Amino acid sequence: MSWLLILPILIPFCTAIPAFFAGGNAQLSARISLAGSAIGLVAALVLFCQVHDQGVIAGQMSGWAAPFGITLVADMLSAIMVVITAITGLAVAIYALGEIDDNQSELGYHALFQILLAGVTGAFLTGDLFNLYVWFEVMLIASFGLLIMGGRAEQIDGAVKYVALNLVSTILFVSGVGLLYGETGTLNMADLSRAVAEHPDQGMMVLISLLFMIAFGVKSAVFPLFFWLPASYHTPSFAVSAVFAGLLTKVGVYALIRSFTLIFTSDPGITHTILLWVAGFTMVTGVLGAAAQSDFRKVLSFHIISQIGYMVLGLALMTPLALVGSVFYLVHHIIVKANLFLIAGISEKLTGGSNLYKIGGLYGAAPLLAALFLIPAFSLAGFPPLSGFWAKYILVKASLDTQAWLIAGTALVVGLFTIFSMTKIWAEAFWKEHPDEITPEPPMDGTALWPRYAAVIFLALLTVAIGLVPQPFLELAETASAQLLDPSAYIAAVLGEPVEAAQ
Amino acid sequence: MKPSIILVAATRLLVVLLLLFSVFMLWRGHNEPGGGFIGGLIGATGFILYAIACGADATREALRVRPEFIAMGGLATSLIAGLISAPFGDAFLTGQWLFFGGSEGEKGFPISTVLLFDIGVYAVVMGSALSIVFALEDEVE
Repeated sequence: MSWLLILPILIPFCTAIPAFFAGGNAQLSARISLAGSAIGLVAALVLFCQVHDQGVIAGQMSGWAAPFGITLVADMLSAIMVVITAITGLAVAIYALGEIDDNQSELGYHALFQILLAGVTGAFLTGDLFNLYVWFEVMLIASFGLLIMGGRAEQIDGAVKYVALNLVSTILFVSGVGLLYGETGTLNMADLSRAVAEHPDQGMMVLISLLFMIAFGVKSAVFPLFFWLPASYHTPSFAVSAVFAGLLTKVGVYALIRSFTLIFTSDPGITHTILLWVAGFTMVTGVLGAAAQSDFRKVLSFHIISQIGYMVLGLALMTPLALVGSVFYLVHHIIVKANLFLIAGISEKLTGGSNLYKIGGLYGAAPLLAALFLIPAFSLAGFPPLSGFWAKYILVKASLDTQAWLIAGTALVVGLFTIFSMTKIWAEAFWKEHPDEITPEPPMDGTALWPRYAAVIFLALLTVAIGLVPQPFLELAETASAQLLDPSAYIAAVLGEPVEAAQ
Repeated sequence: MKPSIILVAATRLLVVLLLLFSVFMLWRGHNEPGGGFIGGLIGATGFILYAIACGADATREALRVRPEFIAMGGLATSLIAGLISAPFGDAFLTGQWLFFGGSEGEKGFPISTVLLFDIGVYAVVMGSALSIVFALEDEVE
């Protein structure tokens, strides 16, 4: 069982090594990365099927029993996230076939990309708080390398802001880990669930939980801790920014969901109320920030922030339906947002820029791209029958059920503003004539566009599929939500107590 | 800026000491505080000191291999150390031990995948720390 859990992490690591040593040959390196991503998806799907059939599974690495060794756990939420990570990884690996040049490949792009995927997958699977910190570091180092690749001044500028603010988050995280270990004597998440609830000084536990909330809040870019995100996400190559946009902030959201459903649940009056306010402000500031931007990727970056608010909202309400909404939103948003960044990449290749006021004419020149843009854009704004509609619908319904009128109204208004930004991109990049009166056309330097289109179509099809047939996805999200609200199966799987005794 | 002669002269001594100390930390880490991570950092410190005194190019020459290669080689070593447990039916990273010349009541000379893993970690940490420092050093120049 333990090999099943470690394989989705091991495969990207094992891919990174040959991809790095083949770096001088860009085509070979890209294909190794692609093959690794495909195998990784298979491993993720196998793990998912196991979790689907058997419930929560756990494994002890290096054979040390929990709570002393490193535990890997896959419940439904983890399994879903691992699969969606592998899907995004595969799409971006396809896209990278057409974007990453020889220079970037030699600097180790494909290896760092695979290490980043390993870090993200590890964070989703680990059952140990310190191990989670280690995976955050793996992601931070790999993403720093990817951000500065190319060495342009604006990239260094973005990377320094990114790393500086993420290091603050890291310090808070590790301080929280230290305090928690000092107070409870354990860092195994399942063990903590019990230890924190039984701890005599609940005030101290709430204080520590706030440290974690800030640390994960920086990672997931919630209000008011999001400044690093729009400062850095528009600088690296498009394939890189798509992975960042799709996955990195979601790891923070995942960590929030995991710690505030499994570990810190004793005083939701404080913690979840803060989360609710944070969610509302995040939605509003993100969407207003986006309205003021003129760069394709900067508009999208601010929309990441606004959408993070929806996911945190589900956690803050903490009802079964709200958590279903959070999980559904996570999956929907990873696919849609990665896809929009990839589309921004094609548009930049065709028009030669990403400033919306200086490009245009894409509708006439690339009608296929225009059609493909509409799918994730409308899904992001929440148009039926696309995936975003169901995600928003569930969350708004959950808010209304708990009579949180204000937040339900905010969620709806923010959706309206999202349409405004998407319309702006549509009007500027696709609809209007190119200001230089040229027709955007495929570049003459011989780079093939088909890998980029293949990746975009793949993700767009997924969005449509989730939108048209939401029922199976909803059922999975319901299972995940039920496991989050009643962690006894999770704890039993890790600590080896029989399920009946835990109930 | 010409580096101070005192720094250059002292660096020659200190680099040797730091590298020796890093190996000692790696070795000591088996049963006491220490290990590959801190050892790799101390080893990297030695080369970083050399880079401050003599410049990044001289350090690259002294290192002989690109630091990225050291890091990826270390990653490969650690992965192999973890995977060795697979044929024995144990979980990933479970330590496998071989006792040379061991007999009844005599442990012999132990060799383990645990040490191999730690050596890999040493190389990963040293390689990645140095590649970041070299990148920043190039930026400054």
